[in-house]
Amino acid sequence: MSVFIDHSTRLLVQGITGRDGSFHARQMIEYGTKVLAGVTPGKGGQKFENAVPVFNTVAEAVGATGANTSVIYVPPPFAADAMMEAADAGVKLIVCITEGVPVLDMTLVYPFVREKGARLVGPNCPGLITPGQSKVGIIPGRICTSGSVGVVSRSGTLTYEVVYQLTRAGIGQSTCVGIGGDPINGTNFIDVLAAFENDPQTKAVAMMGEIGGTDEQEAAAFVKQHMKKPVVGFIAGQTAPPGRRMGHAGAIISGSAGTAAEKIQAFRDAGMGVATRPIDFVPLLRERMKS
Amino acid sequence: MNIHEYQAKDILRRYGVPIPPGEVATTPDEAEAIARRIGTAVMVKAQVHAGGRGKAGGVKFCKTPADAREKAAAILGMQIKGLTVEKVLVTEAADIGTEAYVGIIVDRATKKAVFMVSAAGGIDIEEVAATTPEKIHYHPVDPRYGLRPYEALQMGFFLYQDAKQARAAAKIMQQLYEAFVDSGCSLAEINPLVVTPKGEVVAVDAKMVIDDNELDRKPEVAALRDESSEEGSEVEARNANLTFIKLDGNVGCVVNGAGLAMATMDLVKYYGGEPANFLDIGGSSNPEKVVSALRIITADPSVKVILFNIFGGITRTDDVANGIVTATKQNPLTVPIVIRLTGTNEEIAVKILEDSGFKAMTDMDEAVQAAVRLVTGGASR
Repeated sequence: MSVFIDHSTRLLVQGITGRDGSFHARQMIEYGTKVLAGVTPGKGGQKFENAVPVFNTVAEAVGATGANTSVIYVPPPFAADAMMEAADAGVKLIVCITEGVPVLDMTLVYPFVREKGARLVGPNCPGLITPGQSKVGIIPGRICTSGSVGVVSRSGTLTYEVVYQLTRAGIGQSTCVGIGGDPINGTNFIDVLAAFENDPQTKAVAMMGEIGGTDEQEAAAFVKQHMKKPVVGFIAGQTAPPGRRMGHAGAIISGSAGTAAEKIQAFRDAGMGVATRPIDFVPLLRERMKS
Repeated sequence: MNIHEYQAKDILRRYGVPIPPGEVATTPDEAEAIARRIGTAVMVKAQVHAGGRGKAGGVKFCKTPADAREKAAAILGMQIKGLTVEKVLVTEAADIGTEAYVGIIVDRATKKAVFMVSAAGGIDIEEVAATTPEKIHYHPVDPRYGLRPYEALQMGFFLYQDAKQARAAAKIMQQLYEAFVDSGCSLAEINPLVVTPKGEVVAVDAKMVIDDNELDRKPEVAALRDESSEEGSEVEARNANLTFIKLDGNVGCVVNGAGLAMATMDLVKYYGGEPANFLDIGGSSNPEKVVSALRIITADPSVKVILFNIFGGITRTDDVANGIVTATKQNPLTVPIVIRLTGTNEEIAVKILEDSGFKAMTDMDEAVQAAVRLVTGGASR
């Protein structure tokens, strides 16, 4: 078992003929992901790498191939539309890698995707990987190994760093999920934590947060109330200077929330392990998986 | 992206928001001429991207044009929170009856644009929010329908009992919302929204922050950027597509990805050092980006060691290695450099570096400790 993606994931790639899309489509195919279709408007009828059929629209691609998951690499001005098109075509898991999507676009995409009953991961995220089964996004496959730690993170390269250190220490992962760092994203920590709690393969969770917002505090409250599995957390930005102020409105709506100290305290209050350095995940997870 | 008060007011005026007349000046002569044209007592207001302008002495009341000239001369060139005042707004001094607050921000929790309004506006609005939160009314806007007139009127009546004033405020809120969406804002606020002794509702101060992700598709908004009011090294970094924030320490950091960059800074501090900066070279890094990054970092005389921490995913580590070699050939380094890189094309990168006499490390903790030791002389943790 795993969460969100596995052997049965049937993937289509939106933006498969673009620079990033084609590079990562090849990487996903190499990893063993079932890449069934690509979508690039105007390039329908072509074959990507002489193997993967390209369609003009997501609806056509889904109709012809039965794809159930989409990964999006289109440029930022088109990303909102790409997410909505995928949801409208009945795709159930939409992973948007694109960085730089205007946040006002996301205020429209978020309710639309929900009403269509789809799950959105991202935007501005590295995607997901279930080691040995499926990779959807850009997480380097060779730093991962199959195992029982679920990984969820707001950042990209920091996720790689932690996964790399886990793998080096012989600790495998069930699924790694990068939820992205944008102010409005489709999947939050709680969604992923709940999935890990219900996943038989996952025995413990590593969670990487950042300063800003209150998602980590809400996740900590969820861990305390609803999770039996151990969770170890890390907050990046412990030494960052107080962020640039966004006028009064930012301070009014967030109050003092969002500092590393506050988030770490929320982790402790929830009985979570707290990694001060990325490398601290290794002993903390080992210890908790024993008991 | 921040824009100035006078720019925000220009935008809001186009949407019909009543704003007292005013113009921007860069010299005392201009300030005097504007005050003469306005013909009433004026306010001279520093145009800088910093809060607390009034408390810093950057906002002054002037009875006469000569007075405006004198006050402008004092404010122009003044430093407010490290930024030099290059421009002042000379604007009619409104008669102030009451002061309200009207703001919109994109809210992570509701995933919508949220209005915040309060009858207790003015410079202490954050204090009001902290101590008497019931005085602030929150209203999320459904983006599919926009701000409906009845919603605006509800907020108008939250601010004012007088129906005429409530209606005037409601109209301003609809105009503000339209401007917010059209300009691609992440924040827009009017503070204070003033009722004059004659009962007119006017916007006396305005602030807008533009979502950086909107700038590519809104060139007319992007053109409002005022580089003269920003830190030089941060402008250079942005033009090179880097994210850079200057800090007080001496360990210059070059990292790919914001999360890893922050974690690297944290680790520098953990081992007893102080980071000199936050610098994220971003995802797909070409060698030129690395050259720019090194130029920006080495221009800071407080940097005593340079630390690269690169985890290659999209970023190819050989690109970074080539960038380091090119940059140091152009400008030989005068401070030591510690390079950690792992991930995509690591073997090629290590070879490139070693051929040019650099050493490459693969472990993050070891690299950070090595860098810190170079500045503390071994006194690290």
